[in-house]
Amino acid sequence: MSETSLKGRLGALALVAPLVLFLAIFFAWPLASMLKESVSDPVGSHAFPLTAAVAGDWDRQSEPPEALKQAFVDDLRAIDDQQLLGDAVRRLNSAQNGFRTLMSRTIRAVEEQPEGPLDLVAVDKRWADVRFWRAVADSTNPYTDRYLLAALDYERDASGRIAALPAEASANTAILLRTLGIGAVVTLACALIGLPYAMLVASVDGWKRQALLGAVLLPLWTSLLVRTAAWFILLQEQGLINDTLMSLGLIGSPLPLIFNRLGVVIAMTHVLLPFMVLPIYSVLLSIPRNLMPAAASLGAPPWRAFLRVLLPLSLRGVVSGSLLVFMTAIGYYITPALIGGAQDQMISSVIAFYAIGSANWGMAGALGAILLVATLALYTVYGRLSADRAGGR
Amino acid sequence: MRSRIGILAMGGVVAAAIGMAAPAQARDLTVVSWGGNYQDGQREIYFKPYAEKTGKPVLDETWDGGYGVLQAKAKAGNPNWDVVQVEVEELALGCADGIYEKIDWEKLGGEDKFIPSAVNECGAGAIVWSTAIAYDSEKIAEGPQSWADFWDVQKFPGKRSLRKGPKYTLEFALMADGVPPAEIYDMLGTDEGVDRAFRKLDELKPNIVWWESGAQPLQFLASGEVAMASAYNGRITGINRTENRKFKVVWPGSIYAVDSWAILKGAENKDAGMDFIAFASQPENQARLPQYVAYGLPVKAAAEMVPAEYKADLPTEPDNMKDALSIDVDFWIDNAEALTQRFNAWLAQ
Repeated sequence: MSETSLKGRLGALALVAPLVLFLAIFFAWPLASMLKESVSDPVGSHAFPLTAAVAGDWDRQSEPPEALKQAFVDDLRAIDDQQLLGDAVRRLNSAQNGFRTLMSRTIRAVEEQPEGPLDLVAVDKRWADVRFWRAVADSTNPYTDRYLLAALDYERDASGRIAALPAEASANTAILLRTLGIGAVVTLACALIGLPYAMLVASVDGWKRQALLGAVLLPLWTSLLVRTAAWFILLQEQGLINDTLMSLGLIGSPLPLIFNRLGVVIAMTHVLLPFMVLPIYSVLLSIPRNLMPAAASLGAPPWRAFLRVLLPLSLRGVVSGSLLVFMTAIGYYITPALIGGAQDQMISSVIAFYAIGSANWGMAGALGAILLVATLALYTVYGRLSADRAGGR
Repeated sequence: MRSRIGILAMGGVVAAAIGMAAPAQARDLTVVSWGGNYQDGQREIYFKPYAEKTGKPVLDETWDGGYGVLQAKAKAGNPNWDVVQVEVEELALGCADGIYEKIDWEKLGGEDKFIPSAVNECGAGAIVWSTAIAYDSEKIAEGPQSWADFWDVQKFPGKRSLRKGPKYTLEFALMADGVPPAEIYDMLGTDEGVDRAFRKLDELKPNIVWWESGAQPLQFLASGEVAMASAYNGRITGINRTENRKFKVVWPGSIYAVDSWAILKGAENKDAGMDFIAFASQPENQARLPQYVAYGLPVKAAAEMVPAEYKADLPTEPDNMKDALSIDVDFWIDNAEALTQRFNAWLAQ
């Protein structure tokens, strides 16, 4: 390799370096740490090192050995980092509810008796329950699959086998499927409205085009919250739409437009429509204008010219628009929360509960990871399908 | 030349990164509360007068609760909030986790000045507030008297609104099922009790519109979307005063709780924050709060100074407290996560 070409390459590398750095810091790193969060479980092994050393000797079924109990008491005596202890308690309570009050009582007892053996069952009778000891022993493993399993409504039972959680205890899979379903419906609705609209925009000129484009772009410049609130006003039981229809005598009682799936789909379709219209519009602009007259001159009626020429050519825009809309839609959170009913909440609201409400980052990370995997799988399918079509043509 | 541009660009990125890492300038005392007409009132009686007294600005910000927010801030170190008004649960969790500074009770004039439930090593009580049934007396003349009435859609047609989550929902369901307030948390502590609460919720489920932020239930009532809602008592009285509504609060079966001022661990202005809490706990300052928003006062001397015209609306009035229930913080810190998971699953069914 000559010196100049090496220099050139280094120069090119330096040029892309800011972008690579940006991607690494703001994209790859947070994503990696989220994924790590969903499987790492270091708190227990940090907080209870002595317990961790003997936890392997216990089969998790029989009465926990005295050595384990004593190691746990010694660990509690040795711990001086209150935040670490707090994290450990949260971790334990998340596996077995009741641990918070149990631990505060136990820690007080340990402080009162800084030496020698301690009868924990005398402190609180819950220590006689093997489930609490199982939670302690399980927490000492630095890696865990419990978050990922819980995100899919599974758990490990007492013998360590993977078992489904009872239906009334967890509904993450149902909510995830619903999220993908709402995303698909919104994408379809956007495509059905967006394609004719983009064709209309591309077929006119001058101020008309500006006005039509403006109508799509203007909502983009308003805050998402404002647009959602506006839909709330329109859709509610005594809102604009129902009042108008009632005063026209078209309906006798208000239509249920809000707090249900219909309202969510209407509002999300409106909010996401620009992401469908703009890609299709830019693809349409690149299609030579003389193709349609050419088809007509070969004897194709307008509908056939549309089906055989314009539609296949504009599909590229529809596909990229659909990807954009779908990916954005499955992350939605505010619109379903405000417009939707209880059965329309999407996976982001569950993630938000774990991250903001209960500081359970492992669960939030695991749900995020599952959503990411589901999206990547769909994207792969899409990639396969579009590659097949390109090959077949 | 090209490589030089690259190096310059890289230098820019590095400089920007260093800039981000550099310590921020000294920040003014930042106090965080719950927004709305409540925080407007606090601004008039606490934030502005305190800024005038010390000659330094006070920044006030708003949050919607959530322990994860506080924990993340305190853990990252050098939090950008100093004083935060927290609910009992966040206070108990954070105090156990060590994310708050200890309260200097000497500075506040001693623990005896406060009602007992407002005293904590990590927090000093700011208000006593209540969650209760609200309805529009202009639409329902003979209003509901209890949670059993709230559940009775035959007698009182129309939808209902409840807070989305197990807290302030399961308790009300059990009360509607005839469990006396004093036995609610014992009952919820058993699996049968939780099942019973969810069964009672099943009855009302088709008629419930869920709310998440405190302003929503009043908006639903005002627009006629629902006939009754659970709501924060201060907001109900507030909307009556500002918008001339005739919403009523049903005190029997309401649940009250204390909100506290807490200082985030390692906050830059923790000393000024402590001074601020002392200022907000002075009886003559605190006594002005009920003219803005109808919350009870945890400082005993302040509660006595409240004018009679405002007193009747406060959760701390003996008449209002008679059949009310105090939130059980220990129950909720133990069970919030498991019950929320079950609640979400129940919602999704």
